[in-house]
Amino acid sequence: MRIDCPHCGPRDRREFSYRGAVLPLPEPGAADEAWFAHVYLRDNPAGPIEEYWQHEGGCRAWLVATRDTISHRIHAVRAAAAR
Amino acid sequence: MSALRGGPHRLAAGGLIERESRISFRFDRGHFAGHPGDTLASALLANGVRLVGRSFKYHRPRGVLSAGAEEPNALVELRAGDRREPNTRATVVEIFEGLEARSQNRFPSLRFDLGAINGLLGPFIPAGFYYKTFMWPAAFWERLYEPLIRRAAGLGRAAPDADPDAYERCFLFCDVLVIGAGPAGLMAALAAGRAGARVVLADEDFRLGGRLLAERAEIGGRSGPAWAEEVAGELASLANVRLLPRTTVFGVYDGGTYAAVERVADHLPVPPPFTPRQRLWRIVAKRTVLAAGAIERGVVFPGNDRPGVMLAGAVRAYLNRFAVAPGARAVVFSANDDAARTAADLAACGVAVAAVVDARPEPPPAVAAAAAAAGAPLLAGAVLTRAHGGARLTGASVRRADGGSDFLGCDLIAVSGGWSPTIHLTSHLGARPHWDEARLAFLAGEPPPGMAVVGAAAGRMETDACLAQGAAAGLAAAAAAGFAGVLPELPDAPHESAGRAPLWRVKAPGKAFVDFQNDVTEKDLALANREGYGAAEHAKRYTTLGMATDQGKTGNLNGRAILAELRGEPLAALAPTTFRPPYTPVSFGALAGRARGPAYRPLRLTPSHAWATEWKAVFVESGPWLRAAYFPEAGEHDWQASVTREVHGVRRAVGLCDVSTLGKIDVQGADAASFLERVCLNRCSRQPLGRVRYLLMLREDGFVLDDGTATRLGPEHFLLTASTAHVAHVVSHLEWCREALWPELDVAITDVTEDWAQFAVAGPRAREVMARAVDPGFDLSNDAFPAQAAAEVRAFGGIPARLFRISFSGELGYEIAVPAGFGDAAVRALMILGAAQGIVPYGLEAMGTMRIEKGFPAGPEINGQTTARDLGFAKMMPKEGAYLGRAMAARPALVDPERPALVGLRPRDRSRRLAAGAHFLVPGAGASLANDLGFVSSATFSPTLGHAIGLGFLQGGLAHVGKTMRAADPLRGSEIEVEICPPCFVDPAGERAHG
Amino acid sequence: MRYSLRRVLWEGLRGQSGWKPAWREPEKRDSYDVVIVGGGGHGLATAYYLAREQGISNVAVLERSRLGLGNVGRNTTIIRSNYLLPGNIPFYEHSLKLWEGLEQEINYNAMVSQRGVLNLFHSDGQRDAFARRGNAMRLAGVDAELLGAAEVKAMAPLLAMENTRFPILGGLLQRRGGTVRHDAVAWGYARAADARGVDILQNCEVTGIRVEGGRAVGVGTTRGPIRAGKIGLACAGRSSQVAAMAGLRLPIESHVLQAFVSEGLKPLIDCVVTFGAGHFYISQSDKGGLVFGGNIDGYNSYAARGNLPLVEEVAEEAMAVMPRLGRLRVLRSWGGIMDMTMDGSPIIDRTPVEGLYLNAGWCYGGFKATPASGWCFAYTIAQGRPHALNAALSLDRFATGALVDEAGTGAQPNHH
Repeated sequence: MRIDCPHCGPRDRREFSYRGAVLPLPEPGAADEAWFAHVYLRDNPAGPIEEYWQHEGGCRAWLVATRDTISHRIHAVRAAAAR
Repeated sequence: MSALRGGPHRLAAGGLIERESRISFRFDRGHFAGHPGDTLASALLANGVRLVGRSFKYHRPRGVLSAGAEEPNALVELRAGDRREPNTRATVVEIFEGLEARSQNRFPSLRFDLGAINGLLGPFIPAGFYYKTFMWPAAFWERLYEPLIRRAAGLGRAAPDADPDAYERCFLFCDVLVIGAGPAGLMAALAAGRAGARVVLADEDFRLGGRLLAERAEIGGRSGPAWAEEVAGELASLANVRLLPRTTVFGVYDGGTYAAVERVADHLPVPPPFTPRQRLWRIVAKRTVLAAGAIERGVVFPGNDRPGVMLAGAVRAYLNRFAVAPGARAVVFSANDDAARTAADLAACGVAVAAVVDARPEPPPAVAAAAAAAGAPLLAGAVLTRAHGGARLTGASVRRADGGSDFLGCDLIAVSGGWSPTIHLTSHLGARPHWDEARLAFLAGEPPPGMAVVGAAAGRMETDACLAQGAAAGLAAAAAAGFAGVLPELPDAPHESAGRAPLWRVKAPGKAFVDFQNDVTEKDLALANREGYGAAEHAKRYTTLGMATDQGKTGNLNGRAILAELRGEPLAALAPTTFRPPYTPVSFGALAGRARGPAYRPLRLTPSHAWATEWKAVFVESGPWLRAAYFPEAGEHDWQASVTREVHGVRRAVGLCDVSTLGKIDVQGADAASFLERVCLNRCSRQPLGRVRYLLMLREDGFVLDDGTATRLGPEHFLLTASTAHVAHVVSHLEWCREALWPELDVAITDVTEDWAQFAVAGPRAREVMARAVDPGFDLSNDAFPAQAAAEVRAFGGIPARLFRISFSGELGYEIAVPAGFGDAAVRALMILGAAQGIVPYGLEAMGTMRIEKGFPAGPEINGQTTARDLGFAKMMPKEGAYLGRAMAARPALVDPERPALVGLRPRDRSRRLAAGAHFLVPGAGASLANDLGFVSSATFSPTLGHAIGLGFLQGGLAHVGKTMRAADPLRGSEIEVEICPPCFVDPAGERAHG
Repeated sequence: MRYSLRRVLWEGLRGQSGWKPAWREPEKRDSYDVVIVGGGGHGLATAYYLAREQGISNVAVLERSRLGLGNVGRNTTIIRSNYLLPGNIPFYEHSLKLWEGLEQEINYNAMVSQRGVLNLFHSDGQRDAFARRGNAMRLAGVDAELLGAAEVKAMAPLLAMENTRFPILGGLLQRRGGTVRHDAVAWGYARAADARGVDILQNCEVTGIRVEGGRAVGVGTTRGPIRAGKIGLACAGRSSQVAAMAGLRLPIESHVLQAFVSEGLKPLIDCVVTFGAGHFYISQSDKGGLVFGGNIDGYNSYAARGNLPLVEEVAEEAMAVMPRLGRLRVLRSWGGIMDMTMDGSPIIDRTPVEGLYLNAGWCYGGFKATPASGWCFAYTIAQGRPHALNAALSLDRFATGALVDEAGTGAQPNHH
């Protein structure tokens, strides 16, 4: 698997670490249920998913990749900080 | 005479061998000779060795079936000693001087194998028989049945000791990867290479040319091998082309990544110096041309596994490439037009052709003509019903079209059931092959992105078509990668007739093998189907069809066809075999590369490592680091003596310890304080400049992520420490928070762990030492630089340093950090400066002992299962503020007062030792899980107190202080009474650290 | 038809012609008391124990392809009950006890082989953690032994004790652990369930779950609708998709775990060995292949295949402790889709939808749990409440905080 880091170009999966699905952080003051859903519940799609990867062995940027969980094809990658 | 010819069955002329050189080798007890260019199989055949192995289950005598990687039978233990390689296919081993090979799975000898008794038991031990018996009595399975089965099973033996050879792994990037260097692959590489693309051409063989090496077809007016050599020569001259012979591309992975193994030195007695035995290539290719050819199948008929029954294409390979006659009198058996070539080549090499048996009622004239030319009768519409003989073929029974039968004396049967395109790599990413009724083959489904399939791999068996397809695909691949070129001129090449009819099996009484190595017979498949295991995937698992080391390359399709027939289903409806990596088996060594033994993982050394080595420190692995555990002095024969001395040294005078492995994270920016308040429990915005605070960080789920310290070096500048084991994760986590959660905050996070060497100087006389270490002008008095103070200073004569008044030992303590390059000098200087105070170096063990004496939590306590409450830090949790983990830390089970919480403990009988891992039980309660109240997380002998102490997690926590519990350690046969106490044993008021 | 040595001999004399199918290919009925979704090990075991223990045999097991081809046929065949936490130990020990009598009970030789599971440790800290675990096991009545380096070497001479990056200091041994022939588990349970009247419907994929008034009443399938008194989901790997048919969102991610087998070899490793300075486990099958695996690939996936970095990592771990393997060859690799829960432990429980029960989240550990999983799930479905053995493996533990997190890595499944 190769991930096209917006800063460094396409690199081998070995350079990246994974965190999981991109989920919005509950608003300040949100109910505990919102936090529970955020921390524990997942759509876990069989298909495209937006997920966090870090280019840990490269520029260290956190990235958001859109990847298909069936084909593993990566459709888009952006820096997580660039909303 | 025969020795000169490299064996009595060597043809007088022809072949791609160097007749003038001679290579001697051994097989079992025999000494033989061959030539450069030989494989072990061809050299054995040249020497008349027909029996080369025994099958897995029935120990049937087996000979060479193929001339390639698909070989199921001719497996040997190659080489001797620690280089022994079991299950090595003789058909792909290049012989080298002094080669030693041994037959496998036989006792006492290959010719006389006691295991062959299994053949007689055959009727009683069909597929799956073991699921139905060996169940009584239950205990006999491990004691009797299984050991017998295990001893009988398996094939070769592993080497007796560690592999002495080296391996390496490399990345390779190219525009066009061409897999297979037959006619299609060579043309593809030529087209793409001439266009200027970076081309990699990989072939598993040691000589490029593929099938051209085995046939007599002329290309462009030259022999096939000559043409291939010419093209290979041009490719080798192109700077943008890399040839990788002896290289098997065995796997396709995501993102255009291909895995290949190059057998760098397997054709040599031992690898030359500084040369790996094998090299794993991870090839990243923009485009790929798969020109991997096709694999011939046998036909399932009784006795089809006898030595002397050989794939027709392999017969031609041995005749034409290796100049070996695999027999003296042959029967050709097939249902495709290749029979013509086979008969012609046999005749041309002087091998008598007893008959050409073609299952088709009306074979084309070419076959008839070839048979006639070979002086052989053509038996149209006929099939072989049995191969006769034991270890050596003596003849074949044939059933003629008219139903009558004949016996044909022969010592070779050249059999062809047709060709299966080598499409394994096309389905590694999950694409399903589809059945092509016209070609009687599974062809590639949607291939992996960027891959084109050409030539025989695409079902084209005609040489001219292979050349044309290859050229076009190579050109297209180059163009797709941005390199325009022109189509190379196509040389004249034959358009072989490729007529074929289905021929999977012959129905006749007798043992007919589908999977040779695993001894799966036609009857096994019928039995599987009868019992409900007839679906292809069930049948495979029930009978073990295709699960041997050859992965069913020659047998799978026959098996599927037989199942389809048994089930009355069309072949097209059959689920194809799911091909998975590796295409052919790959050594552990190649996959692991250099990461083995001590080089399994990198070793990180502390800045004081050289100094500690001189001080004869005993080192210990600590995560990725090697750290000094203790510093034994003369006369100290056990580690406890050294540790006790070191602890006394610190508590009574002063000690020195390298703490550089501690994580150091620099946090800067206008929002640094507010950022930290969102990720940890500390109120950083209120933290004074030049002060250090204990730091706790939670995960989103409310459990403790790590502890450490936060030092405020400036209004917008914090320095965090993190525990050695967690620092990488903590840095990542902070970076995630900054970039994914709050990119609007102005904060920068930098891991500076390796930039600073840091030393703890602790003990009542630490100030005296530091006063000499820090450059004059800095006031170290308790008032000016109290506990939890921090400052940027100069030390050791002008070196910039950071000084912290913190203590992990509970003593008056400092930590001084200097740029890492000064670390070695600093530790030596501190030893000299502290000599008068009696400074002692101490290691990880003493440090761990003293932190338990102080009750500071560490790895055993912050283990990912504990909350701030559990650790006694409930008060640190701010009532306000939206810090990570706050909501989840408040879940009911996590605030339950009965949840185990941190306590201290000491044995009632002070002479007893404690062991971490013991569990708490109430006195008098039975030793059961229901009565389990917690466990001892850390334990040590406290030199300061003179008895054992420990930390642990106990249900109800500090409510039990003063009570007696049992620390049960049934694993080590110990149980002792302990007194529960607060988790601090030395100086609970903290006066020493503040003094 | 009962399997026995006599029968095998008799069939040997008459050309194996008398064997009957191990299970029927029944016609689908319109309604069942219980419908189990998933014809893997857990689903088939559940059906078997529903019939045997709970007296409910009007049961259908729905399998979208052929039975036993999911993770029950893709694992590394290890059984053990060497767990740390009180929520897990009794459950896995129950499983091990069921394994111990399984073959005679279901009259199918699954080659349950209690050859021992040896977890290596490489540091004092790891020894302490293993001691905590071993003691918890002993308190639960489970066998466990703490071995020193010399005893480890004697048990597994293949191991390189020295000249290695992380020296082996000892090991935690569970002698009653071992291996089981995985396919035979699916087949054996299928045959035994079928014999008790359970309908195993293959090539029958569930396309929807019908919920009426908050209660699950049936499923839609590729072979038509089926009404059900109760529905049990036992389709790990696809749990999220199937549960979503009933509107549920689960604390589960799907990850790919690769497994490997080497070429066949004469006996080399007698017990199961796990490497403690990485994630690697290895044993040798009766057929002679080394069966081994390591970590999950580490990203969400529904592709039953992995990538090269993990393949290499596993080989590195093998070579770190067993350098004799260098010249041996890896024959096959494959991938399975794991339900990874947020605390690394499974779920056997009711769901907020009445009549709908969930058996999911098996992470790495599903195979060894097969008997207890089926046993407990059958109880939970039949009785409408969990048994004490699976009480801790509840769906609401994530909300209450009563997590069962053996590894302590929190809600990040790729770290479990």
